[in-house]
Formats: sequence, C-alpha cells, structure tokens
Amino acid sequence: MIIAQLITSFMAAAGFGVLFNAPRRALVLCGLVGMSGWILYYILSSGGMDVVPATVFGAILAGMLSQFCAKMFKMPVIIISVSGIIPLVPGGVAYDAMRHFVENDYYTAVQLSAKVMLLAGAIAIGLMFSEVANQLMTKIRSKKTEV
Amino acid sequence: MKQKGGAGVLDHVLIAKVCMLAGKIMLESGAETYRVENTMNRIAAAFGLDNAQSYATPTGINFSADFADVTNFTRIENRSTDLHKIAEVNSISRDITAGNVTINQALARLNNVDKKQLTFPYWVQIMAAAFVSGSFSFMFGGDWPDFIPAFLAGGIGYAVMLGAARLIEINFIAHFVASLFIGLLSMLFIATDFGMHLDKIIIGAVMPLVPGLHITNAVRDLMAGHLVAGVSKGVESVLTAFAIGAGIAVVFAF
Repeated sequence: MIIAQLITSFMAAAGFGVLFNAPRRALVLCGLVGMSGWILYYILSSGGMDVVPATVFGAILAGMLSQFCAKMFKMPVIIISVSGIIPLVPGGVAYDAMRHFVENDYYTAVQLSAKVMLLAGAIAIGLMFSEVANQLMTKIRSKKTEV
Repeated sequence: MKQKGGAGVLDHVLIAKVCMLAGKIMLESGAETYRVENTMNRIAAAFGLDNAQSYATPTGINFSADFADVTNFTRIENRSTDLHKIAEVNSISRDITAGNVTINQALARLNNVDKKQLTFPYWVQIMAAAFVSGSFSFMFGGDWPDFIPAFLAGGIGYAVMLGAARLIEINFIAHFVASLFIGLLSMLFIATDFGMHLDKIIIGAVMPLVPGLHITNAVRDLMAGHLVAGVSKGVESVLTAFAIGAGIAVVFAF
C-alpha cells in the first residue's frame, strides 16, 4: 500500500514539474521531494494525527529537502519546492466544499472551506519554517567562521 | 566585484533596462514578487546603484535608479508558470553579482531568455497531466480501477484547457470549459461502469488545473509583507478555483 503511495506521489510531483516547465534536470528531484513530503503526511495522518498538523510537517520536510537540493544543485528553491508541495495541496477538500455548495448544503460547505484555508496556510507555514531554519543555519555558520 | 565608477545618464537607463527585463521575465513566469524585487535590487547593486528602488505587483513593475531619480514602469500582460525561465534569470543574476558579465552581455542574455520558447511540447504536457490525474485519484483514496478513467479524463481535460486558452483570451472561461468536460467524461465513465468512485475520478482529473502554485505564492507574498501582491494573487487563484468548481457544478446540476 505504501509502495503504491510512493509511486503515485512521485508521478504526481514530477508530472507537475512538467506542467510548470521545470528544467529537465530538476524533474526527478521534484518527484522525490514531493514523494517524501506526501509519505510523511500519509504516515502521520493514517496514524491518527489531524490533517492540518500533518500537512505542516509534510510541508516542512518538503521545504527542507528543497532548500538542501537547491543548494546542492545551484537552483532557485522555488523550482523544487513548488512541485514538492503539490501532493499536499488540498484539492480534494476544495472539491468537496464546492460540491456541498452546489448541493445547497452550506453548513458542511463552509466548514470544508475553512479547512481548505487552514490547509493552504499550513503548507505556507511549513515552507516558511524551512526557509527560516535555513536562514538561521547559514547565519550561525557564518558567525562561527568569523569567530 | 562591483563595477563602480562614474555611471552616466546612459548607464542608468541601461541598468534600469536590465533590471526591469529580469523582473518582467520572472513575474511573467510566476515568481513571487518579493523574489522579483530582491533580484532587481541585487542586479542594481552589482552595477553600482546602491539606492535603487523597485516595486513589483503581479501586473506591473516600478523601478527607479535612485530615491529621486525618474521612475520607470513596465506592464505585465501574460502570467503563466514557467520555472525554467526563472532558473535562467536566476543564473544570469548570479553571474551579474559575481561580476562575470558586462551589462551589455547581461541584456543580450536576458533578451534571449525572454524570446525563447522553453515549454515542453503539448503532447508531453498532456501526458504529464494524465499521469498526475491518475496518481491523484489514487492518492486521495480511490482504488486502482479509478486510475485509468481519471488518467483519460485528466488528459483530455488538460488538452481542452490548452485548446480553449488559445481560442479565448480569458483564463477563467478556459478553466470552466475544461472542468465541464472533465465532469461530463467522468459521469460517462461511471454510467458505463468504467471506474468506481465518481468523486475520486473528478478530483484526480481536476488537479492539473488547480492553481496550487498561485495559492501558496499568495500566502508567501502576504507573509513577506507584500500585501497588494498577495491579495491580488489570492483573488486570482480563488477566481480560478471558482471557475473549476462552477464547471463541475453545472454537470452535477443536471
């Protein structure tokens, strides 16, 4: 089951790399980063954690890996991180919300929309965390070399 | 190494041109505005303008070489997602800050990137969209029998979107038509017992159209303090999501 999730999330992230026209050499990286973020999310959420914190952790992992790969391969972070977080984007919940709106079930629809907002915020916070962590690391490192 | 020295009036114009071209390419390729301003300021500083002011929004760039200097303006017409161009501009800006290229070389390289068509061929994009759709239908809890219907619906839906975007200038309509097609096809697949879960097929097939990049970019711009850019990008992505939802809703309504 997990292996199927690994394969599909790799395909999804790398496929989005093609749609976003990522440079050819970055496609495999995009797939791997997306896969790691999704698998962490999948394990956490199927282990009983709420989806919002699970998304934060998935996004932090994807963000950290993107920062790392971007440094290693000298590319802007956005190229890897954008496709990397794609599996976490709450497309399914957004769709559910829309469907309930159409069916005149506004109570459920508004609840689901709030969840979509939270999940999108969770992804952004996860990315932010990894960026801040990266900046702190470089600052600490440069201070050490100065001393 | 900074290329300092008595920068004349002509130089200011040239530097502004390089900065604005770099910013324009990045914005048209879907970079975050704070990154665009950062890159423009870095290029300007590398050419010796320490007080350059840049202000980017999703629809236009302002740039002036100094506090009280004249302000230049560029309009951003088309916005799409093209990470390859962002990477190219990034490497040019790295070369500029490292002092490896002259201003004329930089301008020539930027012009070259601006004109280049770097996108994948259409059939590759459509195949990628199809694989994305199939994968997402499985990841969101579908079963293997849903993979092929989502694969087909997603691929055809994306092809329709590309075709509609060529005919109609308005992005909103292209997304609407594409998701309408996806809804109809998914209904058809379920009616002919091809695939099991209608919801999972539609979610998977719609994913290549979803403005995931714009939503996260909008939130990141907001967090970086670029309120105008963040809000306008957020509205754009909500509008796109609404178009997709409306296309599917029309199918459900009948």
